Amino acid sequence: MAELTYRQAVNAALFQEMARDDRVVLLGEDVASGGVFKTTGGLRERFGPDRVWNTPISEQAIAGAAMGAAMGGLRPIAEIMFADFYATCWDQVANEIAKVRYMTGGQVSLPLVLRGANGSGGLGFGSQHGQSVENWAMCVPGLKIVSPASPAEAFGLLAGAIRDDDPVLVFEHKALYAGKEAVPDGEYTLPLGQARTVRAGHDVTLVGLSITVGTCLAAADELAGQGISAEVVDLRTLVPLDAAAVLGSVARTGRLVVVEENPGQLGWGASVAAIAAQEAFDSLTAPVTRVSGGNVPLPVAASLEAEVDVSAARVVAAAQAVLGHGRERSGIS
Amino acid sequence: MDVQHGLDLYTRMCFLRQFEERVDVLYRRGLIHGPVHLGLGQEAIAVGVASVLRPGDNSLGTYRGHAHALARGAPPDAVLAELLGRAGGICDGKGGSMHITSVPHGYYGSYAIVGAHLPVACGLAWAAKIRRTEQVTVCFFGDGTTNIGAFHEALNLAAVWRLPVVFVCENNWYMEYTPIADVIPVALPAADRAAAYGLDRIVVDGNDVAAVRDVAGAAVAAAREGRGPSLVEAQTYRLKGHSAADAAAYRPAEEVARWRERDPLLLTRTALVKAGTAESVLEEIDARAKSDLAELARQVLDRPGPEPAAAWTDVWSDGSGQWRN
Repeated sequence: MAELTYRQAVNAALFQEMARDDRVVLLGEDVASGGVFKTTGGLRERFGPDRVWNTPISEQAIAGAAMGAAMGGLRPIAEIMFADFYATCWDQVANEIAKVRYMTGGQVSLPLVLRGANGSGGLGFGSQHGQSVENWAMCVPGLKIVSPASPAEAFGLLAGAIRDDDPVLVFEHKALYAGKEAVPDGEYTLPLGQARTVRAGHDVTLVGLSITVGTCLAAADELAGQGISAEVVDLRTLVPLDAAAVLGSVARTGRLVVVEENPGQLGWGASVAAIAAQEAFDSLTAPVTRVSGGNVPLPVAASLEAEVDVSAARVVAAAQAVLGHGRERSGIS
Repeated sequence: MDVQHGLDLYTRMCFLRQFEERVDVLYRRGLIHGPVHLGLGQEAIAVGVASVLRPGDNSLGTYRGHAHALARGAPPDAVLAELLGRAGGICDGKGGSMHITSVPHGYYGSYAIVGAHLPVACGLAWAAKIRRTEQVTVCFFGDGTTNIGAFHEALNLAAVWRLPVVFVCENNWYMEYTPIADVIPVALPAADRAAAYGLDRIVVDGNDVAAVRDVAGAAVAAAREGRGPSLVEAQTYRLKGHSAADAAAYRPAEEVARWRERDPLLLTRTALVKAGTAESVLEEIDARAKSDLAELARQVLDRPGPEPAAAWTDVWSDGSGQWRN
């Protein structure tokens, strides 16, 4: 087990997969010189100019070229530097990449990965470089969505995404890049569509994704001090969604708090909450509750940013509130 | 022009003409579900370019793409079934007229978002370059496309990466209902932009199939030999409206009449007669295409719609449409 930062884990997964399969190629702005977030260093030197291509600042060309290359027999990885920039190539992503397999009656598959830095995390990147935008993709059938919460997940899920035969958007969290964790030695991948219970508990289920998994764990620590046992579920991927993992946990705890960094307006937490409300109704002893980023564009000043970002304190408050409900389980007799 | 080759090109154009005429009739009878955009009058570009491509080459077109799919060899019954929403459609009924695709014939799709496929063409060409397959990719688009960002991003990338791709602008002088001259600051939408990407200014009479074949042949050869991309502006005219629902009343009658005299089938026909082909030979080709299409339409109209359960398949590469467990 080597201890890697999240950033090094991304880099190591790229090395692993490019060494394993010479159809895997990388394109994006500055990727040949290591990239703005320093995730692609050494790849050009190791794999050569045919495998690692710098592009102009042209997100439509980047995403579209990835699509064409996937149709042409490669397995491209395109870096979209900041996930906010999906807005500049959304036609390619939402209208073309997501739909071409279906619209052609299955004539083509697109084994491609679009990856880049996502999220706020209190770094002051503001409204156009600090958003969490998994939601944008989640309302478009045809896109898989991966959001790693730790270095081991960044490694394993990226490798899994590269090996997947469908288009996968990997949202790396920019505030997690420096975090360290032991990552298994040797070839390592994680399957898409399998959530992980990162902490067992029996009073309340906290569901997180990417950076909010850490928020949930911090909240669980604090709740433990108050005698409340919180279970923390890391979704890892939004599509495929491991709804069974959430429903299974809620069946044990009877209470659910969903924690997402993006604005709550139609956030992914709404889908998870609706599934639980409908399919775990008999287990629930309290209203399903959501904690999400503020429904405002993301401000920059630290005091303003902290006001709208999710926090462990807000998760603790939400958990305390659901614990305050006394409804008996209706489905148990 | 060699008479036998000319007859072959004429026969192909004639089939495309009759295909679109038949689609127009079916549309007016309310038998086509959704919009259709006919390529009537633009047949020489589809046929001329396809005639210089090899089986392994790639091509991509727009929502006005029936002819480009058929010209590469897509089965006409499957294309017609797709338009009519009947079983056996080339996209299983999930794409319709605007998304006709035939990967086995190298036709990587018709794209309904203006400009979207130019970057995709770059990607196909990029894959061929990396894999050293000597495949050439041809990308057809209209004059209106030259004003959208994806056009400029794709041209720039293709030029910088020296990709084996040929961009063919079908300039029919109208961006939907608007004359292209009203929305460009240069005289020619594609040719006058070529210099911005370090490319030659190439203009061809898009209604002259022999001229198209020659110009496309040179551009495709350059791409195949590693000399990079080309941008070809093929000047043409659509004989009907933007879509089959458009009567095109915004076009001056004398302009339409002038272009009708330059109908690509008429031009080829005249050249063939001048070269000694009997009128009766050409009339037989016309009549056969017309009766073949009428019969094809009858056969396809007898089919049922696709099975409803198929709506839930082929979102993912495992064939399923499941997004959660």
